[in-house]
Amino acid sequence: MIRVEGLTKDYGARRALSDLSFEAGQGEIVGFLGPNGAGKTTTMRILTCYMPPTDGSATVAGYDVVTESLEVRKRVGYMPETVPLYTDMTALDYLKFMADLRQIPDSRERAFETLEMVGLESRANSFIGSLSKGMRQRVGLAQALIHQPEVLILDEPTIGLDPSQVVEVRNIIREIGKQRTVLLSTHILSEAQQICDRVLIINKGKIVAEDTPENLQARLVGSERVALRVRGDSDGLSKLLLKIKGIQSVNNAPDGSVEFQFAPGQDVRPQVAKTVVNSGYELLEMRPVGMSLEEIFLELTREDAHRGKK
Amino acid sequence: MRNIWTIARREYNHYFASPIAYVVAFVILLTLGFIFGLVVYGAFQAAISGGFGGGAPAAPGIDWMGSTFNFLLMLTIPALTMRLVSDENRTGTMELLLTAPIRDWELILGKWLGGFLFVLTILAITLVYPIILNSLETPGIDQRLMMVTYLSVILLSGAYLALGVGISSIFSNQIAAMFATLGLFIFLWWLIGFPANYLQNGADVFNYLSTTTHLNSLYNGTINLSDIVYFLSLTALGLFTGTAAIETRRWN
Repeated sequence: MIRVEGLTKDYGARRALSDLSFEAGQGEIVGFLGPNGAGKTTTMRILTCYMPPTDGSATVAGYDVVTESLEVRKRVGYMPETVPLYTDMTALDYLKFMADLRQIPDSRERAFETLEMVGLESRANSFIGSLSKGMRQRVGLAQALIHQPEVLILDEPTIGLDPSQVVEVRNIIREIGKQRTVLLSTHILSEAQQICDRVLIINKGKIVAEDTPENLQARLVGSERVALRVRGDSDGLSKLLLKIKGIQSVNNAPDGSVEFQFAPGQDVRPQVAKTVVNSGYELLEMRPVGMSLEEIFLELTREDAHRGKK
Repeated sequence: MRNIWTIARREYNHYFASPIAYVVAFVILLTLGFIFGLVVYGAFQAAISGGFGGGAPAAPGIDWMGSTFNFLLMLTIPALTMRLVSDENRTGTMELLLTAPIRDWELILGKWLGGFLFVLTILAITLVYPIILNSLETPGIDQRLMMVTYLSVILLSGAYLALGVGISSIFSNQIAAMFATLGLFIFLWWLIGFPANYLQNGADVFNYLSTTTHLNSLYNGTINLSDIVYFLSLTALGLFTGTAAIETRRWN
């Protein structure tokens, strides 16, 4: 549904995107993850035909964003990051206006149904200017959903919402993502982990990693990490562990536990348990420590920064 | 076509929620009403005093109306067009319009049509003056002159609204758009005709470019093709500028 090849965008002398390529299929929720200024919004603006790329090509729902822009725009629902709305219109009038622009018959009914979908039917006749930020965000989402688009592009859809609204919006996105293609950007990693089928990590206009959240974790860790906790003093435990064959490294965690790493597939945990108990320590806990998406993210963007300096 | 209508309707309704539009309508209607009152009063006075020369007093016509109406429109149209596109640029709502399935020229034409319908509404209200005058007099006012007067108002407002929309598309600040528009109108209204007074050759060009020349020609009650072409060209120029400004914004 979305195919991007070699997408490049220059703003004057500054290159915002360089040679970006990715795909997103039907029924897939793809998360766009990256620090500020990474090129997330730029990519989305190109995909929604707001501006053309400097180089490369992008097709959305089978149509080219430059040469068949109008066809793309008919099939895409877009919510920009700032959620620009006409504050002097009521929520219902505004959605009716957007529905009319999309040539939807019975636009008023559709506008109301969409308001119900985002849980704002009680504020249908309030001026948008009088709505709270979270409510405006939902009007923005409704505006993107009103024509039941094949592709939904959401720039930071949950920013500024309170926790219960975040859950609601995520549920709506997940529901839509079952049949349609959703591309959303976020800098909240747990959000990407929760709702995205696939994550693209983007930094300085380039994709630095692309996979499912689970695979990203597994792939990037490269070795398995286990934390070990014993009662009382853990002095000498590190030396003891290093003697065990297969353990790559040992270090003391700040909470008093000891973490060790071993290559995947060489599970040394039984030997570790035996050695620790036989040496007179009282073993309290042994648990795997996953690398969180946060760490992966920092790792990847830091690596990239280093490479950039060289 | 439906898109143009959707945009135009929103803008038209927006005028009725904005104080500026009411002020504009009020200024135009009050001024015209005031002059109308003076004209009727003057004619009434002349009728009872029998005139100075002793002859029959002239019945009041509507020759005063076109020049006043157009002059007021020249001054107030910048206020009507200033925010039409610039405000979309400022608040970012342009992003949603440009990603909606609507062509750039449809957007501009819709904005223009919204303003034009508003001016036509004011125009419809002013029809009471000629209608009253017509009923006061026998055999009535010069119908042809009235038609041409209203034609001049329609042509001028169409052209100046288009120029206003075009300038509004360039700016994202409505005050800047208003003064730039007013500046252009003053230039077209007065300044561009000045060189014609000093030049031996080429005076015709400057006269042709001046709005006043074409309006005066219409006030005489004659409809020349060149006058109509002048106003329609300005309309096209304004709408083209607006569309080009939006497209330029996309590519930057």
